[in-house]
Order: sequence, then structure tokens, then C-alpha cells
Amino acid sequence: MKVLVIGLNHKTASIDIREKLAFNGPKLEEGILSIRELPEVNEAALLSTCNRVEIYAYVNDAASAGENIKGFLSGFHNINRADFENSLYLYSDSDAIRHILRVASSLDSMVVGEPQILGQLKDIFDFALSKKTTGIILNRLMKKAISTAKRVRTETRIAENAVSISFAAVELAKKIFTELSGKSFMLLGAGEMAELAARHLVSNGVKDVKVANRTYERGCELAKEFDGKAVRFEDFIKEMAHTDIVICSTGASAYILFREQMQKAMKERRHKPVFIIDISVPRNIDPEINKIDNVYLYNVDDLQDVVDTNILERKKEAEEAEKIIDEEVEKFMNWIASLNSVPVIIALRQKAEDIKKEEFEKFRNKFPELDKEKMEAVEYLLTAVTNKLIHNPTVILKENSEDRDLLTFAVKKLYGINGEDEE
Amino acid sequence: MGTILFELALTCYFAATIISIVEIFKGSKESSRLTFSITVAGFAIHSAAIIYRYISAGYMPITSMHEASSFFAWCIVLIYFFLEYKYKIGIMGSFILPIVFMMMLSSSMLPRGIKPLGPALQSYWLGIHTALAFLGNAAFAVAFGVGIMYLLQEHYLKSKHLGGLFQKLPSLQVLDEINYRLITIGFPLLTLAIISGVLWAESAWGRFWRWDPKEVWSLITWFIYALILHMRLTAGWRKKRAAILSVIGFIVVLFTFFGVNLLLKSLHSFR
Repeated sequence: MKVLVIGLNHKTASIDIREKLAFNGPKLEEGILSIRELPEVNEAALLSTCNRVEIYAYVNDAASAGENIKGFLSGFHNINRADFENSLYLYSDSDAIRHILRVASSLDSMVVGEPQILGQLKDIFDFALSKKTTGIILNRLMKKAISTAKRVRTETRIAENAVSISFAAVELAKKIFTELSGKSFMLLGAGEMAELAARHLVSNGVKDVKVANRTYERGCELAKEFDGKAVRFEDFIKEMAHTDIVICSTGASAYILFREQMQKAMKERRHKPVFIIDISVPRNIDPEINKIDNVYLYNVDDLQDVVDTNILERKKEAEEAEKIIDEEVEKFMNWIASLNSVPVIIALRQKAEDIKKEEFEKFRNKFPELDKEKMEAVEYLLTAVTNKLIHNPTVILKENSEDRDLLTFAVKKLYGINGEDEE
Repeated sequence: MGTILFELALTCYFAATIISIVEIFKGSKESSRLTFSITVAGFAIHSAAIIYRYISAGYMPITSMHEASSFFAWCIVLIYFFLEYKYKIGIMGSFILPIVFMMMLSSSMLPRGIKPLGPALQSYWLGIHTALAFLGNAAFAVAFGVGIMYLLQEHYLKSKHLGGLFQKLPSLQVLDEINYRLITIGFPLLTLAIISGVLWAESAWGRFWRWDPKEVWSLITWFIYALILHMRLTAGWRKKRAAILSVIGFIVVLFTFFGVNLLLKSLHSFR
């Protein structure tokens, strides 16, 4: 019996194939229940996000279960096998476990280190648990995946630095102001990236939002969205004196803010620091402004540099993370191996034998006067009782039944056979 | 016994300093925890050494250069603990422990004998005056370390070199806040130290003020920190300039402490 992963992700499949194979809404429940019912499949869970569709299963035989699942996918989504088969990956055993741990730790993600995937994984396992499609192996594996992901996050710096321009802007702002709550913010112009950055700032608690747009009406719309107020574009320089963070992204073809103007504004605001992000191309703010004390001006290239370094940094950290994954895979494989029934049967017999011997010794010391014949009779009696007691468990453990792992697990726990408490 | 304790404390500070400097380049949460634990151990041993010396000398051990440097270092560590408790900035140790270690090292190289106390010093003012002065100056020493941190961080932000140390240093606002806080602690202490010194001088020498070099340089120190506070409160003079001035201020403190004793003739000379 083996752990099996079948799936496809953003690296192996194009968006239209991912779309066709996605399990959205009610399809998720239908899908997972049907997979669980497939022959050879003992446990199953199903992950479907915009970047990946993956089926996790505990199966009797990896090859035939894999075939069954592929057939199911084709039938369920009404798509030719040939259309998606090349995009699929199939892992079993330790490779499958490694894959799940890597996914959970966000080493397989489009942006390495982004934490959303762990939450999604938790959700789908909770869902599978509520539908009773998983059992002792996958449940345990999920716990392992969560603990491994946590280990990776605490022991490496994989998720520490921002890898998008808008997050980089927020992070830099925090290196200047600590807390963004209570800081005032102005958006100059509009544009997708600027709005995204503005949204991040607002969700980080920035208060007193102002929007200055060349078209006043558009400014009002945006201001409403951020719960702020619109400012006439001509007045923005006046507002600079009362603003801590500025994001600028107008379509102007020349500078709209010069050093002297900024110097005046700084004097008026008593040199409290200002963070200005100019993401317009061509630049809208005179770069000389960065030379004024307590003014920190970043343009789009500066932010991109930050992002690039952080991505590199994450790649380095990912190597560290792989080592952690290796360790955890090994631990989990050991645990699975411990479910093998043969050594458990041996251990169970040994345990019975030990108890018998111990009790017989006690008896013999207590009644040394008994003759040899009677002693033998007592020993025979003890042997008969212990053998009868372990006979049925032994037979059942030897049977190749579907829930043998569960029973092995139970026997180990019930009889206190060692090796159970791996964690 | 006193020597062993002193040397042990010195060794702890040395180890903590080395680890904390390595931390600037390559460090983790574990290493900064280790630095802190070693410093705590060093501080405990150091305190024991000072108490031991107090008992064997029978007066506040602060009259020789050896004792004064050691006590100065002790005060700096005390303030460092206070900040670490309050702000939990692991990397701060890297900028403060070297000062502590240098103080202890110079202390270790100076003569350590215990001499009888001159009549002018036999007064309860000795403890009060020196404790105030040393705690105040220790606050300035830490403000110096924090000022350096501020200037580095501000340099990184301006030049956009956002490497490892940038990530470890806290925000400019926090550094500025700590700097301000330290000066608001140090300044009143220094003021009280000068006032208590004036009163003591009156009772010991019969004159409030004698333009002794130490007195003059303490006054200069006092003016520098008064300027920082004044400009912050009135002209919105903060951040970078305050950081630069707190660095300069501490250099003056160091001169008042070492320079006056070594280069100029003063009634305040440690023996």
C-alpha cells in the first residue's frame, strides 16, 4: 500500500487545461467522494486551486489506482485523456510524501514562500475529514505537512521578504515609520500598480487617505473606495506638507514636483520624514528630492531591485528548506514502515511470551514445593491462555485486508508496542 | 576573589561582543538570544564583583580609574537591559556591547589596588554624585550606539542598499524614539549630578564651582544634550541631526571621562 499523488500545476499545464480539470464549488465534494469510491483507493483528498489540481490518495497498488484516477478525471470533466495526460505528474511513496510536504511549505508555488497554499491545503483536508474520505495515513500526513511547513517558516527566512512591488513598498514604509496606522497617505494619479500599493497601505492601517487626480471625478471615485477624500490636482503640493507617504503614478511626461517645492514642504512639516514612491514611467518626481534630509524617494526600478534581491534570497533559503523536507520525509516513511504488520506480530508474540515467563517465574518462587509434573501442567496452562489470547489478532493482522494499517496501528497502541510515538 | 569575578565578567562581555559583531554579518534569532544570555551572566558576575569590592573597600568603588571604567560599563549594560526588555531589538547588542567591552578592557589594564579614601571624598555625596553622573553618561553611551544604528539605517534607506543589516535594524522611527528617550533619561541625571556636585563641592571645598576641567567639560556635555533636547522640542529638529549630535555628545563624554583625567590636571582625577 502506498501514498499516491496525481496532479498538475502551473509548471506542467497551461491555464486552459487547469481550468478544465478544476473542481469548483459543488464539484469538489462530488469529485472527492467519487475518487474515494474508486477501486484500489483507500483514502483520498483533493486540492483544486488556480495554480494546481492534485489528488492525494492512499492506495493498494499505485499503478492501477493511478489508471483508475486518470480514467475518472477524463470521465468527470468530459475531456480526452490524451489532452491532459502529458501534463500530469504521478508520485508514489516517498516521492509523493516529499511532494505534499513541498507543496505545503510553498516550495512548489509560483512565488516560492507565499503562504496561501498552506491554508488551502488545510481547508481541503478539513473538508476531506468531514466527508470521511481520509483515514489514518492521510490525516497523519496532513499533520506532518502542517508541522513541516511551520518548521520551514521558522527555521528559514523563506517568507520573510516581500516579493511584489506593492508589498515591497509597504515593507519599506515600515522601516521608516514602524507602524503605518495613523500615518497620512496621498495617492497621486492612478494606475493598477499604484492602486494595489495603496490598497496594501490602507489594509496596513494608513489613515487620512487623500487622492489627487487630474480628473477630479475619477479621484473622487478612488477616494471613496479607500474611505478618503479627493484633492484637486493643483493643490497636491500644498498637501505634501501634511502627508507622510506618497505614491505617485500620473501620466505626466515631465517632473511635477521639484526639490525647492519639497524643501518648502519639509520646512512646513518640521522635517518629519516622508516616504515617496514614484512608480510612474517616465518619472514624475525630481530624483534630486532624495537628497533632502528625511525624504526617502523610491522609483519603480528601486522597488524592482528590492523584489529581485528578495526573490534571490528566497531561492537560497529554499535550499535550506529542502533539507528540512528530506528529514521530515524520512521520519514519515519510518512511521509508515512501522505499520508493517509482520514486526508487530512478532512483537506481540514476544510480549505474550515475556508476560508468561515472568508470571511463571513468580509462581515457581512462591511454590517451590510443587513437583515437576505439576509445574509443567501450570506452564502448559499459561501457554494455552496466552496463545488463545493472541491467536485472533495474529490471524487478522496477517490477512491482507483494507484496514490492516489501521488494525496494526490499533494493536500497537492497545498492547503498548514500541515505536508508536514517533513525534 | 574580586579579581576572578572581574576577569570572568570581562570574559563574558568579550564573548558576547564577538558573537554580537558576527551577528551583524550573519546572525539568527538563536545567536542573538545567546548573546543576551551571556551578557546576563556577565552582568550578574560583574555585579557580584562590584559588591565584593564595595565590601572589601568599605566605600563605593568608584574612585580609581579602574573602578570607574568598570562601573561605567555596568551602568551601560543596565540601560541596555532596560531597552532590550522594552523594545526587544536583538541587533542592538552589536552596537552597545562593544562599548561595554572596551570600557571593561581599559578598566582591566589600569591599576587595581584599593587605596584609603582621601578626606574630601569621605561623604555620602560620593555615592549619590557618582551614581547620577555615571548613569546619565551611560544613557548617553547607549544613545551613541543607537545613534550609529540610526545613521546606518538612514544611509541604507537613502542609498537603497537594502541588505542583511538593513533587514535586522529596526525602523528609523523606533531608533529615533529610543534615542530621544535615552537623552530624556540621561539629561536630568546629568543635571542632578552637576547640582549634587556643586553642593558637595560647597561642603567639601567651601566653593560651589572652581572651573575645574572636569566641571567645565561636564558643562559642555550638558550644553550639547540641552541643545539636542531644545532643538527637538522647538525647531522640529529630530532624526538625523539628533543622531549625529548624540554621537558627538558621547565623544565629549568620553573626553570628559578619560581625556580630562589623563591630559588635564583636575581635582576630579581618579587615582
